[in-house]
Amino acid sequence: MNSILKQNPLESEAIYIFREVVTQFENPVLLFSGGKDSITLVRLAEKAFYPAKIPFPLLHIDTGHNFPETIAFRDKLVKEMGLDLIVRNVQDDIDNGKSVEETGKYSSRNSLQTNTLLEAIEEFKFDACIGGARRDEEKARAKERIFSVRNDFGEWDEKNQRPEVFDMLNGRIEIGQNVRVFPISNWTELDVWNYIDREKIEIPSIYFSHEREIFERDGLIWTASEHVFKDESEEVETKNVRFRTVGDVTCTAAVESHAKTIEEIVYEIIHSTISERGARIDDKRSEAAMETRKQQGYF
Amino acid sequence: MEVLKIATAGSVDDGKSTLIGRLLYDTKSLTSDKLEAIEKSSRKKGLDYLDFSLATDGLVAEREQGITIDVAHIYFSTQRKSYIIADTPGHVEYTRNMVTGASTSQVSIILIDARKGVIEQTQRHFFINNLLRLKEVVVAVNKMDLVNYSEDVFNEIVSDFKKIQKESEYNDQKVTFIPVSALWGENIADVSSNMGWYQGNTILDYLENIKAEDFQKKTQSRFPVQTVIRPKTEDHRDFRAYAGKLSGGNLKVGESITVLPSLTSSKVKEIYFFDKEYAEASSGSSITITLEDDINITRGDTLVKSDEIPKCSKTLISTICWMDSKSMLPSAKYLLQHNTNRILTKIDHIESISLGNYDTGEINSNLQLNQIGQVSMKLSKLIYADTYENNPENGRFILIDPITNTTAGVGFIDSL
Repeated sequence: MNSILKQNPLESEAIYIFREVVTQFENPVLLFSGGKDSITLVRLAEKAFYPAKIPFPLLHIDTGHNFPETIAFRDKLVKEMGLDLIVRNVQDDIDNGKSVEETGKYSSRNSLQTNTLLEAIEEFKFDACIGGARRDEEKARAKERIFSVRNDFGEWDEKNQRPEVFDMLNGRIEIGQNVRVFPISNWTELDVWNYIDREKIEIPSIYFSHEREIFERDGLIWTASEHVFKDESEEVETKNVRFRTVGDVTCTAAVESHAKTIEEIVYEIIHSTISERGARIDDKRSEAAMETRKQQGYF
Repeated sequence: MEVLKIATAGSVDDGKSTLIGRLLYDTKSLTSDKLEAIEKSSRKKGLDYLDFSLATDGLVAEREQGITIDVAHIYFSTQRKSYIIADTPGHVEYTRNMVTGASTSQVSIILIDARKGVIEQTQRHFFINNLLRLKEVVVAVNKMDLVNYSEDVFNEIVSDFKKIQKESEYNDQKVTFIPVSALWGENIADVSSNMGWYQGNTILDYLENIKAEDFQKKTQSRFPVQTVIRPKTEDHRDFRAYAGKLSGGNLKVGESITVLPSLTSSKVKEIYFFDKEYAEASSGSSITITLEDDINITRGDTLVKSDEIPKCSKTLISTICWMDSKSMLPSAKYLLQHNTNRILTKIDHIESISLGNYDTGEINSNLQLNQIGQVSMKLSKLIYADTYENNPENGRFILIDPITNTTAGVGFIDSL
């Protein structure tokens, strides 16, 4: 038997939040993107309820433009852990006319995910959606609560949020409202990597350095893919890159890297002069890109 | 790594966001893309210096109005520590956010504009620190560059502040005064060359030297049950365990415990964290425990050591900070959430209002948004609780409006 347990406060807080979610809500779901933050959430949920199974399903909003490595990883994880996975496709909403595909050089399905997500919340009547957003990622996310109430249109009223004092969480809502829950709100990018390292959590291969066909635009490294619009003037080359954050192919830029291990990744992050979301094309649309999307119901 | 949580408080334009931006800049925590964004926005606003407040004011409305509306959490680290700053708005309308930000912090930085000195809001900020029993307070006298770095101005502010400290009910806290210019980065991370008369620490040195563990008050152990774990699988057919976060003190296997409110007793059989068993768990751990006896326990119950049973009562006297635009009315009913337990409560009467409403200075028979007062209340069921003074984690609660569901207030138990 181990002697005294002295827990990492961030881990303890996240587990506490997971346990509040399952008792304060009837129908929670974990929003799973296949990125490192949602993978970390799965591990924390496993710990919160062990030896019982994770008592809620995962929901993946698939843009159809994902990195194949992420999808393969998702399916493997779900199978190995015996989790329930629900997938809803942006393509279906485009086909039935509920969403309209963007066009042009910067077209992406990133913001179309909101629509599909809100439809799924209504379809399954989810009252709590657990997400891996962190406050250190982005300035609008820095304003988030742990339990963040959304109205029945999925909207975030950022100027009129419920106060959250100490660790006391109030999950009471009206019918039709739902709550977004962020168990790793107080983690930084480095905290997540250190945790993945310590816990030996498996992550998709695209987080590590690999050779990839890319082209450069606006100082960012874009993946050359059938889903990404490319000018004739934009030249494709092969480089050693990795991804620091994983959205879909159209909104995630790569960084040049030779990091093959988590230790090397941590070293790179500490010495990097670019922030994590500096490689998110979706955030670069305007200074308030995230706030605007969040108001509408984005992750 | 050690984590230190800091709350900041100051009035509008005292330069709070600038100070935080400066801390980020001077500790090289602002990455080049964020710095570029600040340069771009500063130029757009026609400034000839970098406006570091743009690093923290995240909402469009905040940047437009140049004020902080909502609590933002900001993260940075040095070789020695990780820091989480709750940037809490100083604007009077947003006092509830200040309580929110300070509630999760161990240290508080109060900003004072050197030109304005100690003002009514400074008192309010200090009062909230004291209500929350924050033990370390830094008074940063900012904008020293605008008062010619005058030692006399600084000393006068120090002596004015000490007067409020003396008058305060709780004065166990340690107050440190530091003269700074956030805009020019003087005495933030680097020593100012314009204030040779000041021999103390810079803000960063001060923070680096504080030990976070000193803040954890050792009290009696409380284990509020969040949920019951019953896997009902082949391997764990009869497994029944209680999940929760331990507070106050440690818990050991073999210790006698009493379940509140049923007062049934048992002994701790096993303590688990994930798939490992432990002989003892320390305060703050999210654990799962089993008991020697099969007794009825549900969410909302609290396990305590059998020789450390807290007081119980159906009435409470509490200090309440009101956070809802709908005023608290005598005889109104609310849901009192104390740890994992919710009890219906009725406001009996308001004993006194400690902090009047800022806008009007008026004191009413009801408790309004941003007012703090002592309230006597009746509960529909017995509550086992501590005073906030003795055991903060078991001596506080929130009040939920049962009609709107919002968190309407936060309470600190004075007596029961």
